[in-house]
Amino acid sequence: MKILIGIPAYNEEKLISQVVRSLPKKLKGIEDIDILVVDDGSTDKTIQKAKEAGAKVLRHILNRGLGGALKTILSYAKKKQYDILVTFDADGQHDPADLPKLVSPIISNKQDVIIGSRWISGTKYPLTRYFINQCANIITYFLFGIWTSDSQSGFRALNKKAIKIVNIQVDGMEASSEFLREIQRNELKFAEVPIKAIYTDYSKSKGQRVSNAPNVLFQLILRLLK
Amino acid sequence: MPFTFTQIILTLFLLFALSRVILRFQGGIVSIIGLLFWGALFSSAIIFVLFPELTTGIAKSMGIGRGVDTIVYASIVILFYLVFRLYVYIQDIRQDITKIVGELAIRDALEKRDRKKSKD
Repeated sequence: MKILIGIPAYNEEKLISQVVRSLPKKLKGIEDIDILVVDDGSTDKTIQKAKEAGAKVLRHILNRGLGGALKTILSYAKKKQYDILVTFDADGQHDPADLPKLVSPIISNKQDVIIGSRWISGTKYPLTRYFINQCANIITYFLFGIWTSDSQSGFRALNKKAIKIVNIQVDGMEASSEFLREIQRNELKFAEVPIKAIYTDYSKSKGQRVSNAPNVLFQLILRLLK
Repeated sequence: MPFTFTQIILTLFLLFALSRVILRFQGGIVSIIGLLFWGALFSSAIIFVLFPELTTGIAKSMGIGRGVDTIVYASIVILFYLVFRLYVYIQDIRQDITKIVGELAIRDALEKRDRKKSKD
């Protein structure tokens, strides 16, 4: 069995090297582990640092957003016929020690998709993060009819069947909810496993923030007025 | 208070537009921000069409003596819908660009690897 660990990265020169190096080189039941960093048009040294750390690197010539990078990871995994795909955040908030927990239900053929949930492990978390996540969980449930405790988790594992049929369309952060829509639409077997979340000042500054919402709305209105 | 024929037609049209927004979101074309923005816009338009007296206060505060008449209503509703279609079209193009960018990234990496292999 061969596994691809895909990391979407945008301007992550500070931590990408550490994140890539922290990933395991061996996993029980897996012969080959490849690490792929999709650089989403970074303007810093993300590519160089990821390559030095030993990852395969794909470079987006334009910044397309989290969904865009995840689509490229999925497409690569499909083309290269990986048996398992794991997506992993580049900001250092995931613990590589959780990787076997996500992968083993896939190896044993029990599930098609595993989502790592930050909210069922008792991790201390920032309140704003929790609030955004709960809102996203409720919206995801009402629109797609699937409930998870962490619809915005970036740590997930897919088997070959899921890699083949999951079809992400949006370019932005909503891609995380789209994974769940695809699970529901394609009737994939899925489960959540508790994962540890490492919240540092750096990881908190990345990802989905309340302060981002007015900016997105402003950009939208600007585009309308143009 | 019974609603007029025009109010019913406009409401049905706006509900149609609202359903398009939800379907486009479920299909992944419209983002969550888009869903909230367009949903709020079309919902408030439905409220103003069904209860035009609500607009009188706004009209008065702006120095306009009477509420907006039917033609202006209809024009604005249709314009909003056309803008929405345009927005969807732009989102489609953005997603196409992402597809090209992703394919280029993969092709570039595979070509580099092939070149390296043939050199070896």
